[in-house]
Amino acid sequence: MTSEPAAAYVDSSLARPASSPAPKPAGSAKGQIRIEDVVKIYGSQATGIRAVDNCTFDVPAGKITVVVGPSGCGKTTLLNAIAGFHSISSGTIRLDDEVLCGPGRAKAEPGPDRIVVFQNGALFPWKTIIDNVAFGPMVQGRLNRKQANEKARIMLADAGLRNLEGNYPGEISSGMRRRVEIARALMNDPKVLLLDEPYRALDSLTKSVMHEALLQTFDRNQVTIFFITHDLEEAIFLGHRVVIMTTRPCRPKKIINVDIPHPRDYSVLTAKRFREYLDETVEAVHEEALKAFAAGERER
Amino acid sequence: MKQLESSYATIEASAIGGDAAIPDESEKASRLEVWAYRLSQWLRSPRPYLMLLGFALFIGFWYLATEVWKLPRFVQMPGPTTVISEWLSPDPTYGLSIYSPEYYQHIWVSWRRVSIAFVLATVTGVPLGLFLGWSQPFKEYVFPVFELLRPIPPLAWVPLAIIMFEGSETPIIFLTFLASFYATTLNTMLGAESIDVSFVRAAYCLGAKRRQVFWHVVVPGAMPFIFTGLQISVGVAWFSLVAGEMVSGQYGLGYLINTSYTMVQYPTMVIGMFTLGVVGYLTSAGVRILGNYMMQWRASELAIGGNK
Repeated sequence: MTSEPAAAYVDSSLARPASSPAPKPAGSAKGQIRIEDVVKIYGSQATGIRAVDNCTFDVPAGKITVVVGPSGCGKTTLLNAIAGFHSISSGTIRLDDEVLCGPGRAKAEPGPDRIVVFQNGALFPWKTIIDNVAFGPMVQGRLNRKQANEKARIMLADAGLRNLEGNYPGEISSGMRRRVEIARALMNDPKVLLLDEPYRALDSLTKSVMHEALLQTFDRNQVTIFFITHDLEEAIFLGHRVVIMTTRPCRPKKIINVDIPHPRDYSVLTAKRFREYLDETVEAVHEEALKAFAAGERER
Repeated sequence: MKQLESSYATIEASAIGGDAAIPDESEKASRLEVWAYRLSQWLRSPRPYLMLLGFALFIGFWYLATEVWKLPRFVQMPGPTTVISEWLSPDPTYGLSIYSPEYYQHIWVSWRRVSIAFVLATVTGVPLGLFLGWSQPFKEYVFPVFELLRPIPPLAWVPLAIIMFEGSETPIIFLTFLASFYATTLNTMLGAESIDVSFVRAAYCLGAKRRQVFWHVVVPGAMPFIFTGLQISVGVAWFSLVAGEMVSGQYGLGYLINTSYTMVQYPTMVIGMFTLGVVGYLTSAGVRILGNYMMQWRASELAIGGNK
């Protein structure tokens, strides 16, 4: 959590002209998540379902880490543990030097240093766009309404969403709602953004626009991103690091570091190197998908 | 109205554009235009004509059954011509029509009782329902008692109400209040429970405290259910009002119906019934309009296909 005085906070953010946002200096990135031996069992220790087992990997600071795996493999369980919605059974999750959850503390406290963007979107439909975006700093008591609105306008303008502020979420398209939701998250200067298949419900055209918008946002903010998906092209296009999960119980099967420099644009999709990464991922994921399918057959 | 269509179209079209080009405030349709557009659409649709046809069929059957065929069960029932001519007559046979001040006295007294009971039920039922839906321990204490009392119909409360309260006015208001209170509380509770957990989680993520989640998420999120509850509530208020007025009191539509029956003034009795129908419909529509006004976010959400 940021504990800067409110006034200094506003000054630094308002000084930056909306049209040419300065990227944060490299090396200042914070928000490394370290997941160590995390186990999550639903039900009793002996007979319960092991959703996550001996899961260990790092989410490097200031990078995009994409987690892929078969449906129901436990990716979302992991995200919920980081966000503080679910407890874990054992293991430790750290954010930088702080222990979010671990021995003696089964459940992390949700907070504005780790903000989730939900699969179906969670903009409050009863608040206008600007009230949604200004919500975080206001409830935290960091900014008053006027300051929060001013900052929200800048965030919206940065995201290419001018003239929307008076609308309700129901009045704008689902693609725009996702972008507003990311702007709402970034209002709080989070260390980590946790995205749980945020573009799943979008059509592929909108999705491609969303990807580029997300990458632009990332290039501006250099926030750590933890992104869950089962769209492999999306995973490699967005990620610095792609973590392929085994089917239930969930643990990393393979970690691929995607060595394609950022900023990326859509021409990357046809590059030879991109296809090679994709082939590698497909192979690993397909194996797990078959296992998940077989397990599903057996349950029936 | 073209304008309205095009402003929606622009919003949709810009959804996939890079930089969102949203129409200015000036291009947006005003509320009056929206209203006029809806009215013209309604008049162009078959709905108003089907509605009129429905009324015509109802009155026609009533007329034929009572005044032409004189069917066995309908012999005692006054026909539409009798009722309507009595209702509109400046010199009514049984002393009650739209020209007699007494008629409005009955409506006013009933309306006042329903309003008091409805307001009481709302200010107690909404907070109670919100807490029931929000706090599991509180629900475990209170809800079983609530569920035990709820099936007891207002009529069964009549003797106790008369013993408990002084005069004739308070027991009637109490009986009217009861049914309203149950409907409001139950719907509000369901509303608070039906809120998508993502909204609550999102609020916590953004740094909200428990109390702030209650005010910013639970209260507005339950609003659609609350207003459904209030519409039911105002309807059942009229139900139980009549039960109360038939037992005691000197004015009111329930009283009017009951005394017309005992004094064999059947047309007046039917006038009382229809008046109840009209006044009940108007109050319920009033609550609905207020709800729509307070939840404009919801109207736009439903119009363009939800938040999902």
